[in-house]
Amino acid sequence: MDYFLTEEQRMIKETARELTEAKIIPKRAELDERNEFAGELLADIAKADLFAVLVPEAYGGMGAGIFDIVLALEELARGCVGVATSFAACGLGILPILISGSEELKEKYLPAVAEGKSLAAFGLTEANAGSDAAGIRTTAVDGGDCWILNGTKQWITNGGEAQIYSVIALTNPEKGIRGASMFVVEDGDPGFSYGKKENKMGIRSSATCELVMKDCRIPKDRLIGRKGHGFITVMKTLDVSRPGIASLGVGLAQAALDEAARYAKQRVQFGKPIISFQAVQHMLADMAIQTEAARGLVYGAARHIDAHPEDASKISSMCKVFATDTAMKVTTDAVQVMGGYGYMKEYPVEKMMRDAKILQIYEGTNQIQRNVIGQELNREYA
Amino acid sequence: MKIIVCIKQVPDAKDVRLDPKTNTLAREGVAAIMNPFDRHALEEAVRLKEQLGGTVTVLSMGPPQAKDVLLEAISCGADEAVLVSDRAFAGADTWATSYTLAKAVQSLGAFDLILCGKQAIDGDTAQVGPGLAAQLKLPYVTCVQKTREASTAALRVERMMDDGYDVVQLPLPALLTVVKDINEPRVPSLKGKMRAKKAEIKVLSAADIKAEAQCIGLAGSPTKVARVFSPEPRGNRRMFSGTAVEQVAQLVAEIRGYL
Repeated sequence: MDYFLTEEQRMIKETARELTEAKIIPKRAELDERNEFAGELLADIAKADLFAVLVPEAYGGMGAGIFDIVLALEELARGCVGVATSFAACGLGILPILISGSEELKEKYLPAVAEGKSLAAFGLTEANAGSDAAGIRTTAVDGGDCWILNGTKQWITNGGEAQIYSVIALTNPEKGIRGASMFVVEDGDPGFSYGKKENKMGIRSSATCELVMKDCRIPKDRLIGRKGHGFITVMKTLDVSRPGIASLGVGLAQAALDEAARYAKQRVQFGKPIISFQAVQHMLADMAIQTEAARGLVYGAARHIDAHPEDASKISSMCKVFATDTAMKVTTDAVQVMGGYGYMKEYPVEKMMRDAKILQIYEGTNQIQRNVIGQELNREYA
Repeated sequence: MKIIVCIKQVPDAKDVRLDPKTNTLAREGVAAIMNPFDRHALEEAVRLKEQLGGTVTVLSMGPPQAKDVLLEAISCGADEAVLVSDRAFAGADTWATSYTLAKAVQSLGAFDLILCGKQAIDGDTAQVGPGLAAQLKLPYVTCVQKTREASTAALRVERMMDDGYDVVQLPLPALLTVVKDINEPRVPSLKGKMRAKKAEIKVLSAADIKAEAQCIGLAGSPTKVARVFSPEPRGNRRMFSGTAVEQVAQLVAEIRGYL
């Protein structure tokens, strides 16, 4: 289907696709099996200039929008959602700086990210602050010439691999989440360390670990935006980042559909390729319908968000829910179409099914997304 | 450092077959690609440029459609592209091709290094690289598998051999032909694609490079191809199965049968 992409958008998509086919697909099964961080593949992504897409031209990037990064993420996710997640999490890490950061912070951090020399990460979740972000306990105390951070962030993508971390901490604990602020913590800062690398069900080529801050002292100018505005920055960040996660769902669903349809065409049972049986055809048809519907919604949402509207939250949550639920359904059905072969690690769809699950969980569970949508509806129909 | 990379557009080896009537390569409907060895030569050139500074110029002799592989080379990091193209070049063998490329290189001015793929996957001669070096009276090393040290004055490289490798040091300007082991080529980058979109390819004719008419194309080619044919399958083929030990036992029994 023609989505009327500009020439530049077609180039972004093509670059990501060529890289996925030449570099990511040949390595994904081994990285998954070995639970190994895809550092070399991220270097390949950097050489292909994809880290530059989201960074404004003033800081050495291309200054493209959410829709453009969505196109790249979709193609990368066709190859491996683990690799694509590492790439996406870097974008998530710089969004708070892009949205609320000072000119100095942008000049300091963004050029290296655009070149792929510096990887970023985002630190919100804590042991008692998952869906309920108000549960965060990490604090940042004004130490005169520095900020002193204490607390532990959990399940941080790119943890231990990134050079810069956008983290939220309470600067005024009495006000709860309304007294939170965002900071840039750098790898190597005094009092900053990492917990063990998590052993995950899927996206195993991405690194996930704890960020531990014990009297972690950072310079005063690492505050992102205004003191006390941290939670607003987080919410604005997630509004624009969700279409990215949604596009991972679209790419993954497409990859699973491709595998299942190709298999159904060559697998012969009862003397015929199984694609000729209506039971299989209907499954593939539903997979194709859902994937294309998800793509249409995600592209529409991303274009809407690029116009910087007031009402980004609802459509952003809607595309995240729909595309990631679709990815779970389509990957599960791809395994079903391929039967016993689909369940085996020799074929890629079992990994796709494991990778799909996280999409319904991270960057706000799909239940929380439905809460956001429901609350917006409640307001609209007041 | 000014580096020139020679690139050939070849039919995709996956699709190549001979026309059974004419015994020539059936090129119709076969995708044209950058010769795979040349891709590694280009990657090495771009890495040397990143390390030492300078420019990478890609050079190809071929019909106008060879521009496609030159544009692809720009999207993979080359700075400029030159196509040597003239009907008078048609039918060139490796000698005439080496001569033509040498004249083209001379017309481009001073350079420090020429990189070529070990061979093209269509002709498989591996003669044009060394031929070009001979025409230009350059020191050269073939089948380079690694660049150990590089400066703007000299190179120290590993030449792949059947039983190991040689370490060769040579002054610049020089010519190297490379094997696939030398690096893992990058895919086209986004900024590279944008550069390729705007790039202008310089096209040089026989007159532009001051090539002597008797030295180019069919007239300048001492090699005459007498016949091309698909070889008939020879003898019977037997495949053994089972474990390695069982297969060896079957093989030994088979050989004994002939003694």
